[in-house]
Amino acid sequence: MKYISEYRNEDLVKKLIALINKSVRRDYTFMEVCGGHTDAIRRFGIPSLLPENIKLISGPGCPICVTGRDFIDKAILYSRMHDAIICTFGDLVRVPGSSSSLEKEKAAGGDIMIVLSALEALEVARTNSKKKIIFLGIGFETTAPGTAVSIEIAQKDNIQNFFLLCAHKIMPPAMETLIKEGTKLDGFICPGHVATITGSDIFNFIAERHKLSCVVSGFEPTDILQSIFMLIQQVNQKKAEVEIQYSRAVTHKGNVIAQKHMSQVFETCDELWRGFGVISDSGLKLRRNYEKYDVEKIMPLNIKFEEEDSLCICGDILRGLKTPDECPLFSIECVPENPTGACMVSNEGACNTWYKYRQYE
Amino acid sequence: MNDLISLNHGSGGKLSRDLIEKVFAKKFSISEPLTDSAILINKGFTLAFTTDSYVVDPIFFPGGNIGKLAVCGTVNDLAVSGAVPKYLSASFIIEEGFPVNDLRTIAESMAAEALLAGVRIVTGDTKVVEKGKCDKLFITTSGIGLLDPDLEHISTAKRIKEGDKLIINGPIGNHAIAVLGAREKLNFNTPVVSDCASLNRLINNVLQQCNKIHFMRDVTRGGLATILNELSGMTRFGIMLNEDSIPVDEPVRGLCELLGFDPLYLANEGKILIAVGAGEETKVLNLLRSDPLGKESEIIGEIVPDKRSSVVLKTTIGGKRIVDLLSGQQLPRIC
Repeated sequence: MKYISEYRNEDLVKKLIALINKSVRRDYTFMEVCGGHTDAIRRFGIPSLLPENIKLISGPGCPICVTGRDFIDKAILYSRMHDAIICTFGDLVRVPGSSSSLEKEKAAGGDIMIVLSALEALEVARTNSKKKIIFLGIGFETTAPGTAVSIEIAQKDNIQNFFLLCAHKIMPPAMETLIKEGTKLDGFICPGHVATITGSDIFNFIAERHKLSCVVSGFEPTDILQSIFMLIQQVNQKKAEVEIQYSRAVTHKGNVIAQKHMSQVFETCDELWRGFGVISDSGLKLRRNYEKYDVEKIMPLNIKFEEEDSLCICGDILRGLKTPDECPLFSIECVPENPTGACMVSNEGACNTWYKYRQYE
Repeated sequence: MNDLISLNHGSGGKLSRDLIEKVFAKKFSISEPLTDSAILINKGFTLAFTTDSYVVDPIFFPGGNIGKLAVCGTVNDLAVSGAVPKYLSASFIIEEGFPVNDLRTIAESMAAEALLAGVRIVTGDTKVVEKGKCDKLFITTSGIGLLDPDLEHISTAKRIKEGDKLIINGPIGNHAIAVLGAREKLNFNTPVVSDCASLNRLINNVLQQCNKIHFMRDVTRGGLATILNELSGMTRFGIMLNEDSIPVDEPVRGLCELLGFDPLYLANEGKILIAVGAGEETKVLNLLRSDPLGKESEIIGEIVPDKRSSVVLKTTIGGKRIVDLLSGQQLPRIC
């Protein structure tokens, strides 16, 4: 089993499409809330294979896209401190702040390093003891455990020059918010990687309280198509359950060890989501025991942040109210090499994937 | 702030092209197509002339080093223009503190590669800069080759026709992943080795035995997607690619999935794209496959009529999507 080609088998895909075609009885709208799904759906051209009455919309699943502009502005200000090294995941460097981006700051001399993990940033701290290493912690339950472990190791090894600028978020409150605010859906393609950590039970409230179908999906074309088929079945049978399609990675309870590290280091807090505003208990902040690693506590910034450009509709896109092609800036003023909004920046942003993987007509 | 060079300007995609066209080509009054080598027609003989700089990090990587790369790269730029590479220059910018032993190793591999490719390194230069003013070692090589005037069309793609078949001489992405692996100290279970190699003998063999080679280009920075977009841009045709037939080694594909990279945009240092007239593709494929540097060659697509000159990929699962120029560097994904 190579886990790639088998899941991209054209015959299997055709069979799944035939099953889907046979089972559709009405219009369906399903939302994916993971950037990996957004990318895969567009990259493999899945919408072009589906019947017209199935609509797939993207939700707030790309960690870059939902990060508020104020976070970028803060990171930029920290990068201008003479003894700071900013360590960040790659995609974040291109996101425009109010007047600059980390990429532009880097070109202008800012010490900004792209790392693949929080632990790599911790190594940078060990080898640069005279510098302050500020790790930009973003992402959902997938990346938060890694950040938690790096903080625990920093504590244990008494590393004093490692700091966190934290915008980690958790997914369920955002999903609940968009349901409550009236985004019309028949079900969620639930995030496979998040669920690997949290377990699928974390989505039970959506089925129970909000009567929406949920399928935790893998990331290959056959995974996604099977998940869509499972969602259609649920809707047809008027069921609202949480099913696991991605059973090779996801269980009901998830990765208990990773969860333990997360709750050891973090507690929930109110958090700003681009496009949503502040959602209660949707963010993660360091617990009091670890506050000395919180860069905003140790080196507070006193600045006021501006409102965002009103023409960019990233917010509506993230809430599943509009699609990228409905934005007046899309592909005209806002393109990947000169993005207006965050959704055009990230590899997994809705606008970026719509632009990059345009369907050939 | 907008006027500063960022790393994206060096990625081989849209921004690199803009930089060359808007800053250099215009000032230097270059109106000819921007091909791998300049074609210089003189009385009685035609020269191909090219130059390239090498700044790879790390300078030693699985399958080669910066010196071998500097010879292969320039040899290949000449060879894909249809020329027979003859003479190279090599210029070294060395950072203070660089070990002389490493320089010796690099010079030795340059000499070995030049011998293999049948070229002579005939002139050069060295400069040493203060520590921190360059990263260990930068090399620039220039090369001169002799061009049979009957092969002038190869770099400009002017004989490209509908139905021409596109061939690549093996799996893509190995160089980029080998270098990334060495730089980031990613310990792969299956080692990925750079494909860095001089392709002039392979190319010469094909040109000797087939007179329907309509275009060749080495598939380096920016990857296959970039070269295909350049080709479609130079012609008034579109390109239809078949994702299933594009060779990608399993470890490279796996790592691309993990990091969120698309192998179509990854750099290679021993790959050529060849466009061959319909009917000759099997012959060329067999010729390529008989050489160790082409044994995994595949037909990956063809030239199709399309006023918009799109590069279109038929995906593994039967969808069709546009393959665009890359907008900046590929960056690893978050989760």
